[in-house]
Amino acid sequence: MPFGVPGHNLGEVEREIPANEPPAWPINEKLKHVGRPVRRYDALAKVTGKAKFTADVQLPGMLYAKFFNATTPSAKILSIDTSKAEALEGVYAIHILKDDQGNYSEVKYVGQPIGAVAAVSLEVAEEAASKVSIEYQYEKFVIDAEEALKPESPIVHRAKVEVKADGGDVGVVHDAATTKGNVVGPTTGSFYGGPRGDIEAGFKSANVIVEHTYRTQVQTHVPLETHGVVVDWKPGSMTVYASTQSTVSFRDELSEYFEIPKSEVRVISEYTGGGFGAKHSAGIYGPMAALLSKKTGRPVWLMHDRKEEHVSQGNRPNSIQYLKIGAKKNGELTAIQQKSHGTAGVSLGAGVGNIAQVMYECPNFTTEQYDVYTNGGPGAAWRAPGNVQGAFALEQAIDELAHKLGMDPLAYRDLIDKSEIRKIERKQGAEKFGWSRRTAPGTGKGAIKKGFGVAQASWPRFVTLDSSAEVRLLQGGGVEIRSSVQDIGTGTKTVLAQVVAEELGIEVEQVTVLIGDTYFPVGPASGGSVVTGSITPPARNAAYKAKLELLEQVAIKLKSKAENLEIRDSKIIDKTDPAKAMNFKEALTGMRTSQIIAVASRSDDYGGFEQPWGLAYGHLGSVQFAEISVDTETGFIKVDKIVAAHSCGRPINIAQVQSQINGGIIQGISYALYEYRSMDKATGFMMNANVDQYKMPYSMEIPEIETIVIEDYAGRSSTDAYGIGEPANIATAVAVANAVYNAIGVRIYELPITPDKVLKALKKI
Amino acid sequence: MALQAGVLGADFKEATLEEKSFGPDAATIRLNVNGKNQSLSVEPRTTLAAALRDHLKLTGTKVVCDRGACSACTVWVDGKPMNSCLMLAVEAVGKKITTIEGLATESSLHPVQQAFIDHDASQCGFCTPGMIMTATHLLQNNPKPSLDEVKIALRGNLCRCGTQPNVFKATLAAAEKM
Repeated sequence: MPFGVPGHNLGEVEREIPANEPPAWPINEKLKHVGRPVRRYDALAKVTGKAKFTADVQLPGMLYAKFFNATTPSAKILSIDTSKAEALEGVYAIHILKDDQGNYSEVKYVGQPIGAVAAVSLEVAEEAASKVSIEYQYEKFVIDAEEALKPESPIVHRAKVEVKADGGDVGVVHDAATTKGNVVGPTTGSFYGGPRGDIEAGFKSANVIVEHTYRTQVQTHVPLETHGVVVDWKPGSMTVYASTQSTVSFRDELSEYFEIPKSEVRVISEYTGGGFGAKHSAGIYGPMAALLSKKTGRPVWLMHDRKEEHVSQGNRPNSIQYLKIGAKKNGELTAIQQKSHGTAGVSLGAGVGNIAQVMYECPNFTTEQYDVYTNGGPGAAWRAPGNVQGAFALEQAIDELAHKLGMDPLAYRDLIDKSEIRKIERKQGAEKFGWSRRTAPGTGKGAIKKGFGVAQASWPRFVTLDSSAEVRLLQGGGVEIRSSVQDIGTGTKTVLAQVVAEELGIEVEQVTVLIGDTYFPVGPASGGSVVTGSITPPARNAAYKAKLELLEQVAIKLKSKAENLEIRDSKIIDKTDPAKAMNFKEALTGMRTSQIIAVASRSDDYGGFEQPWGLAYGHLGSVQFAEISVDTETGFIKVDKIVAAHSCGRPINIAQVQSQINGGIIQGISYALYEYRSMDKATGFMMNANVDQYKMPYSMEIPEIETIVIEDYAGRSSTDAYGIGEPANIATAVAVANAVYNAIGVRIYELPITPDKVLKALKKI
Repeated sequence: MALQAGVLGADFKEATLEEKSFGPDAATIRLNVNGKNQSLSVEPRTTLAAALRDHLKLTGTKVVCDRGACSACTVWVDGKPMNSCLMLAVEAVGKKITTIEGLATESSLHPVQQAFIDHDASQCGFCTPGMIMTATHLLQNNPKPSLDEVKIALRGNLCRCGTQPNVFKATLAAAEKM
């Protein structure tokens, strides 16, 4: 199988390929569809407005539902009066959440869903929800993570609770068993192991030490389509249209909640309007819509509104990270010590990932990562959970070490980073970016100072073994690929069509992609950048099996042997006798039965896994460069240009890979400079729970972006492909932060880097 | 530079219903949408976005922020881009409404739609209809815009997936073809 990077060190590796999997593909250059910028499978539906998202689903007799939510951050509910809401014309049902003992749920944060109303229109449902009155017994609360750490702080979870990190969190293992006050933890290792070496000795042998506390903010996901669902629960069959990153976990949660067989729940997600990590779970809204559907006997539409989306539907937790790194005079790292606190509100998942543990070789390493409960909405996974926060500290510290050692930050990384792929990325990226334009920190002339920064990232190669696909060849014409995997905007439909077309030797347009439906074989969740690496191998393998069956049938007709037949450009030809040929269409028409069905599942990586549950060997590496302008009179920062060099194994669709990188970068710029969840500590309300006051990049803030995608073959599976969603989002913010230092000569240790922080750093305010 | 007009609010005269009293119950109004007159029964509080989506089943128009800050719900009202979440359905009586569904003909896509496909200018696709309605309006008024003019026209359209670089490319490419 191909191994290495074309144009650099491409060679071959020998692998034992399972009997029912196809022979290795050559590198992309020699393939017809894979690796090409094939047009997005569902682009036509999206540009014409015909794509039906969950919010667009309208069923006969459908009711609209609206939540009513807590208006105080901590309380017991004494009573709820729904009489005024019920009296409203057009109200069909009201459901209030209660625990197993029939008590109202305890209120833990402002915006916590209490119940919901189903009515004839959204307008009536909204009016009815506003007429529900709740009587509270108010309790003390804590909003700020640093306040919550203090022994005298109000306790968020008074009773023992079972809290798990969000389903999409693949960063660090969290365990609520070790709670003291509001503090959970520490987590001291990851799936790469625990502490190593002797941290004290490591620092003793260091000549240079960098030691700071870094802070990152809470960020809310803001998918343009909010979390939501349409549920049509008929006896024995619940049909669910969901805006979700995992049709399967959505189904499983509903099945568990209602204690009904999974076979009675069908979850469909044809189009999902973004998720970025927050849409793995059925949450409360899934069961709520189902209950209202059951009560009313009608389909129920329940989409969260924009404010609820900010407040209760997930966020990237903040972090307060102490990081200390020691190095010898020659630059060699001697010790890395990390200690972090962060809050995912009432839930868990506020770690800082494993990037400090794995990116640079260092013999002595410890981490202590603590979760802190506060009376805020629950956190959720977000593109590279933990590692984005962790990178902000690590890559500023490495930058600072380089300056202390008198080395160029890029050259310093060449010295201490053992990753071959990042070495190539640094070289190619630096050339494209023009790294040589960079001058010494703070030496620019004039009020507007240019800054140039670099940062890099690492993300594990995760695979979901529970990934299956089915390929069907239909008599008379038609090729289908089926899986429950969903496409949340990443382009999964397109890559599946490409892989199947490549294997069958037909055109991409001939493949119909039927995904996002739990009636189809189980596919992976769209999180952790697992999808492409998990579902494209079974898709190819299923296409291969179906092809073999078809060729057996064709061989009889052509009086050839099946192993001599190949399909190229939609034509079946006998390699030993090209006169024996048949069109693919003709072959389908002459099929013995109405369909050929082949199903395949994800096997282990050909070289095995580092962890048997699906952690593949090796990391996805990336390097990003930022060019910015800082106005030293206003503190305003403009990002002028980002150059991003990435690898994701074998890229399947180069245009879609670049699109996702653009997205990771733009979200990273937003994290660096603009967005933060602003909480009123006195009342627990989020003060910017909308789109106009929660600042995100619009067109005027979009810089020039150039991407470099490096093919990196490793012979791991029948497609050898991996995802790009997470890696694209990790390095941007800290590359911008390093560029700020280069521009003004002062380092800023807290995100977002707003004008006030710049002016403070310059001692102008 | 050609600034995008009228996005943030209606500059129409009040009492577009010819001083007929209206509400609080639903009443029948007639809207001209994509060249077709359609009767529908709406309450006075029904927004144009809700009327299009919930009553006329034209769900290509998306509602994201519901307060005029994201332009996802952009439609044209008498040829001007408007946030349909900020306009009541009753205000649109007597106006010509164009939605994303009205842009392509039966036989061909609008060049802007085609350019969005060619330049991978949609990811999740939720902002795409609004982006296209805004970009197309720009090109009707400024057939050869600069990159800066494209950015200015689209400055109110939010995208969270990061399609903006490709949206700019697609708009400039469509200008070449129109």
